[in-house]
Amino acid sequence: MKEFIIRNLSITYSDENESLKNISLEIEARAITVLFGPAGGGKSTFLRTLNRLNDLADLKQMKGEVLFQGQNILDPQTDVITLRRQIGMVFSRPVPLPLSVYDNVAYGLVMAGEHDRRKLDEAVEKSLKQAFLWEEVNDRLKDSAYSLSGGQQQRVCLARVLALEPQVILLDEPTSALDPIATANIEEMLRELKKEYTIIIAPHNVQQAARVADYAAFFLMGELVEYGSGIDLFTVPKDQRTSDYVTGRFG
Amino acid sequence: MRAPGMDKSKTIQAVGFNLLRLVTAITVIPIIGLVVYIVVKGAPAISWEFISAAPSNGMREGGILPAIVGTLYLTLGTALFSVPLGVLAGIYLAEYAKETFLTRIIRVAIINLAGIPSVVYGLFGLGLFVLFLKLGTSILAASLTLSIMTLPTIISTTEQALRSVPNSFRVVSTSLGASRWQTVRRITLPQALPGIITGIILGLERAAGETAPILFTGAAFFLPQLPHSPLDATMALPYHIFVISTQIPGMPIQIQYGTVVVLLVFVLGMNLIATLIRSSARKKRQW
Amino acid sequence: MKRSGHTGDKVINAVIRVTGYSSILFVLLILIFLLREGLPALSSTPLKNLFSARWYPIEDYYGILPLFLGSLLVTIAATLIALPFGIGTAVFLSEVSPPWLRDILKPVIEILAGIPSVVLGFIGILVFAPFIRKFLDIPTGLTAFTGAVLLGLIAIPTIVSVAEDALDTVPNSYRQAALALGATQWQTIWNVTLPAAKTGVLTALMLGIGRSLGETMAVMMVTGNAPVMPLQLNSLFRPIRTMTATIASEMGEVAAGSQHYEVLFFIGIILFLLSLVINVSASLVSTRSRGRAERLLS
Repeated sequence: MKEFIIRNLSITYSDENESLKNISLEIEARAITVLFGPAGGGKSTFLRTLNRLNDLADLKQMKGEVLFQGQNILDPQTDVITLRRQIGMVFSRPVPLPLSVYDNVAYGLVMAGEHDRRKLDEAVEKSLKQAFLWEEVNDRLKDSAYSLSGGQQQRVCLARVLALEPQVILLDEPTSALDPIATANIEEMLRELKKEYTIIIAPHNVQQAARVADYAAFFLMGELVEYGSGIDLFTVPKDQRTSDYVTGRFG
Repeated sequence: MRAPGMDKSKTIQAVGFNLLRLVTAITVIPIIGLVVYIVVKGAPAISWEFISAAPSNGMREGGILPAIVGTLYLTLGTALFSVPLGVLAGIYLAEYAKETFLTRIIRVAIINLAGIPSVVYGLFGLGLFVLFLKLGTSILAASLTLSIMTLPTIISTTEQALRSVPNSFRVVSTSLGASRWQTVRRITLPQALPGIITGIILGLERAAGETAPILFTGAAFFLPQLPHSPLDATMALPYHIFVISTQIPGMPIQIQYGTVVVLLVFVLGMNLIATLIRSSARKKRQW
Repeated sequence: MKRSGHTGDKVINAVIRVTGYSSILFVLLILIFLLREGLPALSSTPLKNLFSARWYPIEDYYGILPLFLGSLLVTIAATLIALPFGIGTAVFLSEVSPPWLRDILKPVIEILAGIPSVVLGFIGILVFAPFIRKFLDIPTGLTAFTGAVLLGLIAIPTIVSVAEDALDTVPNSYRQAALALGATQWQTIWNVTLPAAKTGVLTALMLGIGRSLGETMAVMMVTGNAPVMPLQLNSLFRPIRTMTATIASEMGEVAAGSQHYEVLFFIGIILFLLSLVINVSASLVSTRSRGRAERLLS
């Protein structure tokens, strides 16, 4: 099953920077799709198109189609708020909201109008458990999320996405600010999560890309150079540029 | 080995620095001297009667209660109009407005409002509120005039306070399905609140000390009873100081200084509160 | 996925949008009411009278010139006083002062900004003017110079804070580069930091001028209220009258709609336009091309 079908997506920023050039791509549901390539290649822009977070940026032009479960989400009529509840996102640095651990995790649900304390309690507990964090913080739920360690903070960020029970999770270099152990934890979690969620991740290096990828897409200067199964891309790349990048000749 | 001219440039530097120190001292010391002098001369006049009784004997005796109450009313009246308007407008500029031509016009308008001489606000208030809207010389007309004068301060500080909240919070909140207003109400506004309150207090502090805008819109020369409604005129501390120092011969000097002390306590007290809020918020900030 | 409710959001968003535009509305309202009450002066008063050198409303002489020149004289003198002290203090605070001293001095200067102008006028009358009279041995201490000193004091906090902000935005790498080349700290300030902060310092100057020009109470109380042409060499040490003081002292006694009333509003129009020009050009000077702020999360 395809979660996203992207056709001829082109994006230009107002200052002509970092754009996407005619991207076409089909993303599988309940699998990990990896977007990799040098910085500035358009990975973040691509991710932020999928949940319309690019609406906050200064875009000059956006062309093409992004079908999510058959609907074109670039349609101006799209209810972006509902869309973002279905497509969660984790960012490169852990950014806890300036609230308690509990309120961070419950945030999306409260914004969606859920005020039933019991349901919120359940959701917070469930998603913290999914993020392997419950044991560590269940007695500190009222503390500021900033009192946690970096790795814990990033798992709070993941838990608050899971609390919304989304269908898709986007991760933009989620481990770039973490140490190797916290990184391994997150990667382990992703393998667990892909049974229920469609996961699209821009990892922060090729090694991580190779470790987690079911499918992989190589982005270079706004172009999609190559797309296929992870094993193929990292072992027998078809395009010379992919091969050069994977073997470390540039990047 | 020393570069030639090194001694000379060192001397120049020493002279220059001392000059800067002197200039700063000449700027700062009179300010402290001024405040101390006023307090020393005025403090003996301060008594319970002075702040709780109406003036008597052509204002040469008694207290200044009506002026104190009037200034309180005017400040509160100004807050009533300028705070909601200014904060919402600041939210608009920081959180909603895109950098369009219209936004630039708004910014020019705010700069312009901030620069209009206070006496011109008085003229405007006279023309619009007192005469055209027939509010008469009243607390209401004077408060409205002061509100518009205070607006640019509140708008600018609100905008700045909101802009100092990291953009990542907005992005994260939006990505979790919060609407723009939800993001403002739950995240950016609470984080910016200390800065906004500081701005509000500084704006109101200026309004409380202003004379020219209320001269023709609400200030009364002598009105021993307290105002009953917003449509009454009122005495006010700044105007009262003007009156007793220029219009009344034989005014006891101590009462004059005493009145100034009361106004300074009022105004600088607000200043102090604003400073305390600002510094305590800086300490508490997590990001 | 169609748009769902969010009705409460729509209402508050609309309210915020409208208040955002309110500043434009108020500027227009101010302009409209000044014009409405002041423009009739042009028909009730011959231009020759309006721009003459004699202000004597009781006999229908409405020459604005002495008032205009009075404002000009006081403003220029105040700026010349405030500029060296304001900029000097700003340079001291941002480049020379140890941090602890700076933390003490800045609030003191903020106190000055918080002192109402009527209080400065009061001290001007009771303390400063008698001192000037004795010190310079002149018939009265209520002079243009007295006003200029007070105005200088009023303008200093504005100049200090704007200039200090400007100096703070000069990148430290500039200073380090100059010091690394063997320049003394003083040479660095003089040849590198100040020139780099030039536009900011210019903005500070213009805002200071605007502040002085518009100030009312302090000036009215200490400049002696004499609407004469300040054209002699010693005019600085004689009584004068500014435009703002004229409005403040006479508006209370005129009948609404009278010729005198109209002319006072006409002076208001002049003040409005002057402040418009000064403040807008100050903001144009200070507007630097701002790079695109962090577009999204880095």
